[in-house]
Amino acid sequence: MDILYLLIPLSLVLVFIIGAVFWVALRGGQFDDLEGPAHRILQDDDSPNRQ
Amino acid sequence: MLPGAANVPPVGHPETRFDPGPPPFREAAECFHCGLPVPVGSRFTAMIDGEPRVMCCAGCQAVAQTIAAGGFESYYRDRTTFAPSTSGESAPDELAIYDLPEVQRGFVREVDGALEASLLLQGITCAACIWLNEQHVARLPGVLAMEVNYTTHRARVRWDPQRILLSEILRAVQAIGYRAFPASNAGAEEARKRENRAALWRLFVAGFGMMQVMMYAVPTYLAGAGTMSDDIAQLMRIAGFVLTVPVVFYACAPFFRGAWRDFTLRRLGMDVPIALGIGVSFAASVIATFGGRGEVYFDSITMFVFFLLTGRYLEQRARQRAAVSLEYLDRALPLSAHRLTRYPISRDSDTVPAVSLRPGEFVLVAPGETVPADGRVAEGETEIDESLLTGESVPAPKSKGATLVGGSVNRLNAVVLEVQHAGDDTRASHIRRLTDRAASQRPRIVELTDRIAGWFVAGVLACAGAAALWWAAVEPARALWIAVAVLVVTCPCALSLATPTALAISVGALARRGAVATRGHAVETLARVTHFVFDKTGTLTQGRLSLTSVQPSAGLTRGELLASACTLEQGSEHPLACALRAAAAEEGVGARTAATHMRNVAGCGVEARLDGQLHRIGTRSFVAQIAGEDGPAPAGDAGATPVWVGSERGWLGVLRFRDELRPDAIELLDELKGQGKHVVILSGDVPDAVEFVARQLGVTDFAGGCSPEAKHARVQALQAGGAVVAMVGDGVNDAPVLAQAQVSIAMGTGAVLSQARSDLVLLSGRLPALLDAIRISRRTLRIVRENLAWAVAYNVVALPLAMAGFVTPWLAGIGMAGSSLLVVLNALRLVGDSPGASRLAPQGPAASSRASRLVARA
Repeated sequence: MDILYLLIPLSLVLVFIIGAVFWVALRGGQFDDLEGPAHRILQDDDSPNRQ
Repeated sequence: MLPGAANVPPVGHPETRFDPGPPPFREAAECFHCGLPVPVGSRFTAMIDGEPRVMCCAGCQAVAQTIAAGGFESYYRDRTTFAPSTSGESAPDELAIYDLPEVQRGFVREVDGALEASLLLQGITCAACIWLNEQHVARLPGVLAMEVNYTTHRARVRWDPQRILLSEILRAVQAIGYRAFPASNAGAEEARKRENRAALWRLFVAGFGMMQVMMYAVPTYLAGAGTMSDDIAQLMRIAGFVLTVPVVFYACAPFFRGAWRDFTLRRLGMDVPIALGIGVSFAASVIATFGGRGEVYFDSITMFVFFLLTGRYLEQRARQRAAVSLEYLDRALPLSAHRLTRYPISRDSDTVPAVSLRPGEFVLVAPGETVPADGRVAEGETEIDESLLTGESVPAPKSKGATLVGGSVNRLNAVVLEVQHAGDDTRASHIRRLTDRAASQRPRIVELTDRIAGWFVAGVLACAGAAALWWAAVEPARALWIAVAVLVVTCPCALSLATPTALAISVGALARRGAVATRGHAVETLARVTHFVFDKTGTLTQGRLSLTSVQPSAGLTRGELLASACTLEQGSEHPLACALRAAAAEEGVGARTAATHMRNVAGCGVEARLDGQLHRIGTRSFVAQIAGEDGPAPAGDAGATPVWVGSERGWLGVLRFRDELRPDAIELLDELKGQGKHVVILSGDVPDAVEFVARQLGVTDFAGGCSPEAKHARVQALQAGGAVVAMVGDGVNDAPVLAQAQVSIAMGTGAVLSQARSDLVLLSGRLPALLDAIRISRRTLRIVRENLAWAVAYNVVALPLAMAGFVTPWLAGIGMAGSSLLVVLNALRLVGDSPGASRLAPQGPAASSRASRLVARA
């Protein structure tokens, strides 16, 4: 069971890393529009044919 | 409601109901574009996917043709609701205003040589609308990017100013049936974005903390005696502590702040026991962790916080969503004004940006319009609605020399305003604050539970204190933990979540059906309504009047009568005036010389001087006052609305207008009567026409020829008899009645003033949305009651048990979280309530399955 002395602190570190990743995503506006991408992927079949 | 019932088209009513003459409509034929009923004899069609489709009006036809010509027909296959009605568009030339640099300054910024603006799109009803807007605008030459946010309906558009003008972009949006406004309050939008991100981040911290702390807590619960070494158990406790610290000190900040505010204001709110419960149990757990004695409750704390924050986040999102759909009403000052450049020599007006007005200039303010600047009345007299400023709902009469405040609404007659303060000098910022305050108004039922909660909280604190004292004397070691258990188990979380979650979710459910609740109490009161009062014009009927006959007096031609009538009705936004102008334009007859001394007498008509003579148009008695007794009798046709025209010299003639019944009006009224509601029709129209409509609808309680005052008095009389009255109306003349009724419902196709005044706006303009709204509001009220009953019952059982020491804090935590969860899940049942989400007939199996996929994802 000695491995727990390593794993528990490691899980804490992981939690903070995941938190930081989420924070970056949030700051980058990834969560500003929670519905759009779901619809866009279905409707994106004909993109504007601009020159 | 049966699951399959959603797609059943409205039942065509048996023709035998209508004895007089031919049936006004055969089937409930719906416009393919906007879903509104198609008037009899309509000849508007558009080719879509190779099939001719019926359209209700020229506006829809033009829009559908534009969409088809652009190759966007798949919009019609993908959409899940009808498009907004295209009636009531503003004149396209007004859009040119937005090309002026001084107007653009507020919302356009330069990015890499291109310009970028944030636009607010009005009329978005489903995902396909957004697709259509993005594709259509992105294809315009010169547009570099167009992106629409699905939640806020804001578009970010970037364009090359050398190749395209902003007004052309706005016009392109208008061509496909939507309207784009510059989002002038960019600051508020930024603030909302920040608030959203902060709320989401708090939710994440609490949620992730909860999951991880649970990982450390569960093993200690499950481990049998002696299977876990003390070192490991201590390590787990410390790990739990490390993750609970950010949850308590960051995620809980709003609760502590709220509790502190309550404390400084010397009152007891919901935040007080929440903060106290979190604080005490956290402190106790910390002592237990590092003192090595007692229990740790980090898992209960984080779970509790996560549930609370989830409830608040959902509530905030639902509120913002509802606010977005009505944002266009929220602009206190109009962007443009009708400036009279050469007043008083000429009355020619040109449309200019309101910010460019200077003191000393003259502007024309038409009835129904918002006063664009602070100033003084230079000509005319009218009544001004200053309710945005003063909260006073009775309009104040203003005559020459009186002061007008920008942002107030002209209710009666066109007036000329001499500008004194414009742009930033007006009291617009003040108005803005007042509007915000009105928006943040709390529903009464929430206030009530808050008040009850205040007492409840005091009681809980007293009980916790008493329990602590008692146990301190009996068994000191357990005293603290029993006090904590009392605080946590009774934590009025369920009580405080019971009402807001249900109301928030119902506001969201209403919005999805095209009914926007603008005031907090709308949902609650709608459920209790006993009497429905309807306006006729535009509410039960289509509101699109058409001129059916012109009957000039002897010695007068049809054209002359039309021209005089047109001139008199120049400045009016009444449906009759619009129909008159449209008919006159079709015959090539325009308004003659400018009328002077124009006066709009509510409920009677309009009077003005033409060529030096007093003319009147309106009801028979109103015109008879100047034209003499015994006006011409309108021939036959009981359903038509006659309008008399006369001058001091005598009668000029009679015009007759006809307004067809909305097919869905019958469906609505039958259903309302089936529910035992009392239905009343009050209209300013002539009694014959009102009776005709009431007969068709089977309504026995009706009154025609009502002035706004009479309607107001009638509603008051009903209320004095104990009735809870809902008023459904759409005209400017309905504003006082809308204010008097307990719940006011305006049609989204009606005047902006009545929308701003009402509690609920039916954006789609379709009446059955009201039935959905009633059903949802009743379910909401029932769920609120269930939630409150549950919360009370739970506390009645749990409190004595906790005080007696039978409940350990972790059991209390589970009980508390469970009761909150139950309340939230109960409220979430409203989300699943989605019949009528689509009244579109399926257009092919592939389309319908795709649509249902979209609905399922939404």
